[in-house]
Amino acid sequence: MPGKAIRIRGVVQGVGFRPMIWHLAKQHRLIGEVWNDGLGVMIHAFGNANDLDAFIRQIPLNKPPLARIDNLEVQALDVQPQNDEFCIVASQHNGVETPLAADAATCADCLADIADPDNRRYRYPFTNCTHCGPRLSIIRRVPYDRNHTSMAEFAMCPQCKQEYDDPADRRFHAQANCCPDCGPKVWLEDRHGQQMDCDDPISRTAELIRQGYIVAIKGLGGFHLACNAADADAVARLRERKRRYAKPFALMARNIETIARYAIVNEQENLALHDKAAPIVLLTAQGEMLAPYVAPNDDKLGFMLPYTPLHTLLLQDLDAPIVLTSGNISDEPQCTCNDEAREKLKELADYWLLHDRDIVNRLDDSVARMMDGKIRLLRRARGYSPEALVLPSGFEQADNILAMGAELKNSFCLLKNGQAVVSQHIGDLAYAAVQVDYRKAIDLYRQLYGFKPQCIAVDNHPGYLSAQYGKTLAETEAAVLVPVQHHHAHLAACLAEHGVALDAPPVLAAIFDGLGMGDDGELWGGEFLLGDYKNYTRLGHFQPIALPGGAQAMREPWRNTYAQLLHYFDWQTLQQDYAELDIIKLLASKPLATLATMIGKNINSPLSTSCGRWFDAFAAVLGLHSEQVWYEGQAAIALEILATPVFAGEKPYPQAWAIDRSEGGSSVLSWQGLWQAVLDDLKHDVDKARIAARIHHSLADATVSLLNDLSRQTGIDSIVLSGGVFQNRLLLEAVSEQLRKSGKTVLSPQRYPMNDGGLALGQAVIAAARVNSVQMDSQPDSV
Amino acid sequence: MPNPYTTKLNIATGKVDLSHGGGGRAMAQLIDELFIKHFDNDLLRQRNDQALFTVPAGRLVISTDGHVISPLFFPGGDIGSLAVHGTVNDVAMSGAKPLYLAAGFILEEGFPLADLEKIVISMAAAAKRAGMPVVTGDTKVVERGKGDGVFITTTGVGIVPEGVNISGDRAQPGCAILLSGSIGDHGVAIMAGRENLQFDTTIVSDSAALNGLVADMVAAAPADIFCLRDPTRGGLATALNELAQQSGVGMIIDETRIPIKSEVKAACEILGLDPLYVANEGKLVCICAAAVADELLAVMRQHPLGGDAAIIGEVIADKHGFVQMTTAFGGRRIVDWPVGEQLPRIC
Repeated sequence: MPGKAIRIRGVVQGVGFRPMIWHLAKQHRLIGEVWNDGLGVMIHAFGNANDLDAFIRQIPLNKPPLARIDNLEVQALDVQPQNDEFCIVASQHNGVETPLAADAATCADCLADIADPDNRRYRYPFTNCTHCGPRLSIIRRVPYDRNHTSMAEFAMCPQCKQEYDDPADRRFHAQANCCPDCGPKVWLEDRHGQQMDCDDPISRTAELIRQGYIVAIKGLGGFHLACNAADADAVARLRERKRRYAKPFALMARNIETIARYAIVNEQENLALHDKAAPIVLLTAQGEMLAPYVAPNDDKLGFMLPYTPLHTLLLQDLDAPIVLTSGNISDEPQCTCNDEAREKLKELADYWLLHDRDIVNRLDDSVARMMDGKIRLLRRARGYSPEALVLPSGFEQADNILAMGAELKNSFCLLKNGQAVVSQHIGDLAYAAVQVDYRKAIDLYRQLYGFKPQCIAVDNHPGYLSAQYGKTLAETEAAVLVPVQHHHAHLAACLAEHGVALDAPPVLAAIFDGLGMGDDGELWGGEFLLGDYKNYTRLGHFQPIALPGGAQAMREPWRNTYAQLLHYFDWQTLQQDYAELDIIKLLASKPLATLATMIGKNINSPLSTSCGRWFDAFAAVLGLHSEQVWYEGQAAIALEILATPVFAGEKPYPQAWAIDRSEGGSSVLSWQGLWQAVLDDLKHDVDKARIAARIHHSLADATVSLLNDLSRQTGIDSIVLSGGVFQNRLLLEAVSEQLRKSGKTVLSPQRYPMNDGGLALGQAVIAAARVNSVQMDSQPDSV
Repeated sequence: MPNPYTTKLNIATGKVDLSHGGGGRAMAQLIDELFIKHFDNDLLRQRNDQALFTVPAGRLVISTDGHVISPLFFPGGDIGSLAVHGTVNDVAMSGAKPLYLAAGFILEEGFPLADLEKIVISMAAAAKRAGMPVVTGDTKVVERGKGDGVFITTTGVGIVPEGVNISGDRAQPGCAILLSGSIGDHGVAIMAGRENLQFDTTIVSDSAALNGLVADMVAAAPADIFCLRDPTRGGLATALNELAQQSGVGMIIDETRIPIKSEVKAACEILGLDPLYVANEGKLVCICAAAVADELLAVMRQHPLGGDAAIIGEVIADKHGFVQMTTAFGGRRIVDWPVGEQLPRIC
C-alpha cells in the first residue's frame, strides 16, 4: 500500500490540528497515524494514490482557525502501516521548535454553547476549545500541556476528560478545557474584600456598571477598569481616580451594531474587529455621543468586541458600550493577580469581578487603525503574540538572535530558524514592574522556543535600559553584542514584514519619529535613509534644532517652538512683528533668557532632527497643549485632529521648506518659510484648522519632493515610510498617495507597529544580516 | 619673628609666578605669609615636610579628594571650603571623628594672590569649624594655560570609635533610608554660577562639613547605622545605586518625601535636570535599622545641617538590585545609574 510521510510546520499544536487530520484521513479512507513532535506535526498516511493526493490537497483548506501552516513537505514512505485504522498517537517531544498560538477570541461554536440553556456550559465564562481561548496568557513553560499552564490547578471532570480524549470532539486536547463543574469560578467582591452574595456575578456586574460604579474586571491578559461609557459622571470619576486626564479610553460594545451607533465602521475595520485577535480598532467617531471624557478632544473612538465568554456575558446585559481601560495606577502596567488588584486598585474601583485562573503572562489589548487603505497595528500584544513571522529568503541560516527592543513601547524579538517572534507589547521600561515583566518575558520566550542567543542586538542609545540589560546578558551568555541604529531598525523591520529578501537591493526611506540616537552622537528623528538589512546611509534629515532642557522639551511643547523660532529668526524682531499672537505672549512669559543661554552654550540642550518635536513646535504655535503634554505625541495628535476636517481642501504653503547641503553632503530640510507663513496666517486670523492642514500638506510636500529627488539620484523607487510620526493618518496617506502617483512602491508597516513597538524586529534582522555576512566573509573562498 | 624677606608679599595686586613653586625663597615666603599665617597651627608652624602626631587608640581612616571647580567662588562657598568639606565628609562617612588634613595646591601662573588668599582664608575657616586642621601641605605652580587657576587636593585622617561599623555593603532588607536635607542645591548653584544663568532666587550651594552631624548620629545609635554616604557627583540617584549594588539589595524611595527647595526644583525644571542626579556637598544618606529610624531622624533634625532630614524609603530584597521610586502619581519608576551626560532617551 503506498504511503506518504507529511511534515507540517507552523502554528500546528494546541489548535486542533491532529483531530482535523484524523477526520480528513477517515474521509479519504486512509490508515496510518499523526503525532506532534518538536518540529510540528508529522503524518504517516497509507491508502490508494488518489486518496492520498486528495488528502494532502485538502490539508491547507481544512486548517483549524488558529492554525498557520508555514511549510508542508511530502515524502514517499517505504514502511508498512502499524495500524489498521488512522490514529492519533502520543506526542514525541524531542526539542521545541513549534510555535505557540496566540490567545484567541471565543469561536462561534463556544458562543453557541454558552448561549444554549441546555448546554452544560450555558453562561460559563471560561468556555473554550481548540479553536479559541487562552494560550500565551496562561502558559508557564513548554510543551503546551495543561500541567504547564495555570489550568493545571483544575483537574478535568470525567465529561471534560472524555471530550479531551476524543479525536472527534473539538475539545480534543484542548489544554484549557473546563466546565462549570471542574473549571475556574468567577465571583464579585466589594471594596472590603467581601465576596458578594449573588447568583450570577456577571449579570450583577453589568447591573453595577449600569448604576454608575467602576468595576475592576479580571480578564484574559490582565485587569481592566470598567464603567458605563455613556455615564459622564462615571467616566469623569474613573479619570480622576486613575489620574489619567487626557489619553483616550478603550471601549467594548456587545456587537458591531452597537459600535456603529457611535462610529463609522468600514468593511476592513469590521473584519479587524471580528478577527480572532479582537484588537481595539480606532474608528472615526460619528453618530450618538458617549460621555465626553471617554476620548476628550479626539475624533476617534477605540472599540473592541467581547473576546472571552466572560466579556460576552457581561456585555449581553449592557446596551451602551463600556469603558474598558487597563487596570492600573497612572502608567503602571495593568495588574494581573487578585491580591495585587485588591491592593493597587483599592482607590480606583468600587467592585472587583475576580476569578481563580491565574494570568501568567500580562497581555495588553492590541490596538489597530486603518490608514492608507490597510489595517495597521499600533500596539501588538493580545491575540498576536507570540505568532512568528516567517522571514524572507536569506535568513534561513541566521544565528539565534535576541533583539532587546526600545525604551518606551518596548517589545523584544527572538530570531531563529528563519523566523522572528516579536513579544507582546511590554511597555515603558522605566517602570520597575515593567522591567521585571520584561526580564520574566524574555526568560519565558527563551524557554518556549528552546532558545539560546548567539547574538544580542541593542539600540545604540547607551541610556536605554533595554540596551543596558542586553549588554549584561551578552556578557553572561557570551553572546555577540550588536548595537543597531534606531532609524535603520525601523527601516529594516518594515522590509522584513514585507518579505523583502536579505540580498535585495537597498530602498529609500523616510523615518520620522520622536528621537533615536544617531551615529554621530546627535539625536535623530526626521531621517531620509538609503539602506538594506545590513547597511544604511543617511541621505537627508531635518534641520537640527536644540531641545532646550533635553527630555523636558518632550513634556513642554513651547520649548520646541522657541528653539525653532530662535533658529530661524531674530527673536527681538519677531516679538515686535507678532506681539499680538498668543504664542508670542506665552513665550514672553517664560524664562527665555535662561533658555537662550542654555541653547547658546549647549547646556542640556542637545541638537536633534526630531520630527516629533517639530510637530510639537507647530502644535504649540496653534495653542494645542503649548504648555505641557500628558503623554507622548499628544500635541501632534491634536494637530492631526484639528487638520482632519479641512485637510482635503487645503494645499502646502508655497516655499515652505528649503533643502541645503550639509558638510557631509546630505540634504538638510529647513523650515523658515513654513514658520513665516504660519505666523502670518495667525496674524491674519486664518482659521487654525486650515493652518494645521497646511502644515501637514507642507510636510508631506517636502517629504515627497526630497524622496523623489533622492530616487532620481539613486535610481531606487522602493520607499519605506515608518517611525511613530507616520501614525499620523493625514501624513501617511498624503505622502503614500503622492509617491505612488509618481510611480514609487511604498512600503509601510502593518502587522508590526511603526512606532518603537516594531523596533526589535528591525534590530533582529539587521543583526542577522551583519553577523551572517561576517561569517560568510570570513570563510575561505571555495575552489 | 622678624620678617626674613626684603619685601612683604603683595597680596593686593600680586600674581602667582613660577618662582612660587620653585622651592626657593619666593615659595617659602608664600608659605609663610599666606598658608601658615591663615592655617595657623602648631604642627604646621614646625615647618617640617610632614606632620608628626600621636593618635588615640582605634581604627584610622584616610581619604583623599582632588578639587577642580568652575567657578572658584560661588554662592555658598568656594574651592577652599569645598576642598575641606569634601574630605571631612568622606572621612566622616565612616563614622569617624576627623583628626587632620593635608592639602596640596596646584596654582596657575598669573593667578591673583588676592584670590588665593581669599581661598586660603575660607579653607582655614572651614577646617577650623570642622575641627580638622590643615597640618601639612604642598604647593606647585604650573605655566599659564596649564591649570584652571587653582586645583586643591586634600587628604584627611580620622579615627573610628569603638563599636561603630559603617560600610556601603551593610544595607539589609528592612533598613530605613534617611536623607539629611534638600537635594540639588550645590549642582544647580555651580551651574548657575558657571553659565551665568539667572533665576528668580539665588541658589546657594549646600557645601558644609558633616562630621558634627555624623557625631551626633553615631552617639545616638552607634551600632545601628549601617551605611553613610554623601551624595556628591551623580547626586542621590548615584549614591543609592552604589549602596544597593555594594550591599546586593534593592531600594524603594518615595518621591514626595525627598526634600527639595522650591527654587532648586524650579531651576531644575527650567534646565530640564533631574534633581536626583544633581550634586550635593553637604548632605548625607544614612541607612539604619528601621527600629532606630525615628530616633535618628529626631537627632538629625536637631542639628543645623539636618533640619530638613527625612526618612525617604526603605531597603528591600531584590535580585535585580533596582532602586525604585514611588512617584507622586503612585507609579514606581526605576531610578537608574546615570549614563554619561543626561541625554533624553524618550521620544
